[in-house]
Amino acid sequence: MRFIFKTKYSQDINIAKHNGDRFWYSLLILIMVALPLVLDDFYLGEISYICILSIAGIGLMILSGYTGLASLGHAAFLGVGAYTHAFLLTNGIPFYASIPIVIVVSFLVGAAIGIPILRLTGMYLAIATLALGFIAEHVFIKWEHFTGGNRGLPVPQPEFLGMSFYDSVFFYYVCLVFLIAAMFAAINILRSPTGRAFVAIRDSEIAAQSLGVNLGLYKALSFAISGAFTGLAGALLAHYIGYLAPDIFNIFLSLTLLLLIVVGGMGSLHGTVFGAIFVGFLPQLIAICRDYLPSSIGSQPGLEPMLFGLILVFFILYEPLGIYGRWMKIKLFFELFPTYKRQTFKKQKVFTKSDRV
Amino acid sequence: MQLIQLIIDGVASGCIYGLVALGFVLIYKATETINFAQGDILMLGAFVAYSLIGILGMDYLTGFALTVLIIAVFGFFLDAVVVRQIIGQPAFATVMLTIGLGFIFRGFASIYWGTDIFSFSTPFSGKITEFNGLIISYVNLSIIVGTAVLMSALYFFFTFSKIGVAMRASSENQLAAYYMGIPVKFIFSLIWSISAGVAAVAGVLLAPITLVDTSISLIGLKAFAAAVLGGFGSIPGAIVGGIIIGIVEQLCGTYENYLFEGVREISAYLVLILTLIIYPRGLFSDKAEVKKV
Repeated sequence: MRFIFKTKYSQDINIAKHNGDRFWYSLLILIMVALPLVLDDFYLGEISYICILSIAGIGLMILSGYTGLASLGHAAFLGVGAYTHAFLLTNGIPFYASIPIVIVVSFLVGAAIGIPILRLTGMYLAIATLALGFIAEHVFIKWEHFTGGNRGLPVPQPEFLGMSFYDSVFFYYVCLVFLIAAMFAAINILRSPTGRAFVAIRDSEIAAQSLGVNLGLYKALSFAISGAFTGLAGALLAHYIGYLAPDIFNIFLSLTLLLLIVVGGMGSLHGTVFGAIFVGFLPQLIAICRDYLPSSIGSQPGLEPMLFGLILVFFILYEPLGIYGRWMKIKLFFELFPTYKRQTFKKQKVFTKSDRV
Repeated sequence: MQLIQLIIDGVASGCIYGLVALGFVLIYKATETINFAQGDILMLGAFVAYSLIGILGMDYLTGFALTVLIIAVFGFFLDAVVVRQIIGQPAFATVMLTIGLGFIFRGFASIYWGTDIFSFSTPFSGKITEFNGLIISYVNLSIIVGTAVLMSALYFFFTFSKIGVAMRASSENQLAAYYMGIPVKFIFSLIWSISAGVAAVAGVLLAPITLVDTSISLIGLKAFAAAVLGGFGSIPGAIVGGIIIGIVEQLCGTYENYLFEGVREISAYLVLILTLIIYPRGLFSDKAEVKKV
């Protein structure tokens, strides 16, 4: 067990709590930077995709994991980001100018969606975002001038810093830099008064309100920030896919993002990365499962949604804290060895809060 | 005349939305959880009916009754075994759990029955009746009559039977009901089973129109619009909301040229969003207004 002896106030607000953290995270970044030396293009592409998923996951995590607002239509933000980016690039705006515009646009769209529906709580919000996701998908199909409709929209791959996005090593570094930047931004937002207001809203709206948190403002802000992160991920996703079609941004993608944060661990930024790794390798996992199952079952297209659902149900029922929660438990087990108590992480029984008055 | 014809068609499809919404409402009233898998249970109902009537060659009514029974028992155990475990968790957990269950059902259906589109013969298929120049198909008529019969049966059940009254008591106040000696857990599972049974009825009635495949589970999402419009928690509201959604959808489809292209597919969701923004308590809510910030 590590006890941190605090001698300065600044130690309380350090991002890295002690030298061990600093060492391991620096090592992780070094390894990530050195990866293109060992891995070939296919794996670099996969890891770039995981980085993109992580950024989208950070967006949804801020909204669902930290503010406690469920969104079943988050693919809409990915779509907004992707289409805005592709539209801007097509009209000759360079990459470095397009990304900030995408972030601002997604932020504004998030606020625009957040403001009318922030009066809703709990499941009403989930239903409303679900409906908005459908409407957004429909807008992507019908607004042909902007999105190319069902014909799709090719994404230009411009030069940036003298390099092309077709180069998978370069694209990997772009994704990695954006992931690290997004992570730092998210950490800083979450430890600022804004972030603490989000967490307060998640834990108890009444308590937060009594402490002077403006619920409406912060919920809308949470939507907007979440939209901005997810929109950024959408812009990178546009480069990754190369050709945008409206049916990419369907409800299944929204639910995949939810699976990501649930499996990763609700309410932790580590969880977004764990979840993204899981979701990114899920297709491979399913492919492996297919080989081992008898061919009558293994070749069925229904296997994918079934496994998807099973994983979701098992995590909700048996490991609601996700992969990050499991990691915490294992870490604590070794730190406290041999005095670890299972009860430390026992699920608290809470009385169901009633929406009724 | 065309308008009346449209309204009749709308009422028929609206009744289906209403029945699915009724399933949401029953569960929500009792346990304050929402079953996002309601549409998938409807799909299972349609598939089971296809197995019984289309493959095993049962009589339509026998097959219908048996389907409803099977799905109702399934709903009972769904609550007793799975959903009950997360009582006391945040609402988010239930949402995710039922979405996951929906995916499992859909995956199971496409593995077990395959991804083809099936149909089975019903006594109503292809028959129409004319009335003052209005064309009413027997299928639509069967949906409207079936909904009416089911609604009155539920009305009598909740008003006069002992279990029905116990269910209403448990919905009003779980703790008080428990103190009065009502087995609340058992009652909740029964409510899940009724709700699943209602979804199965909707699935079997719908099967002749849309045919049977896994995509009919999407009806469950449109039914949210019906439930919200009717004021979540009101049983007549669910049916009325469903009928309104059905009519709006028909009208939007016909007068698409005057509105904008593709309005039909999203009309239900637009109604849903507008209801939530303008009048979130819904048309028939007996409860106080939805909590506002």
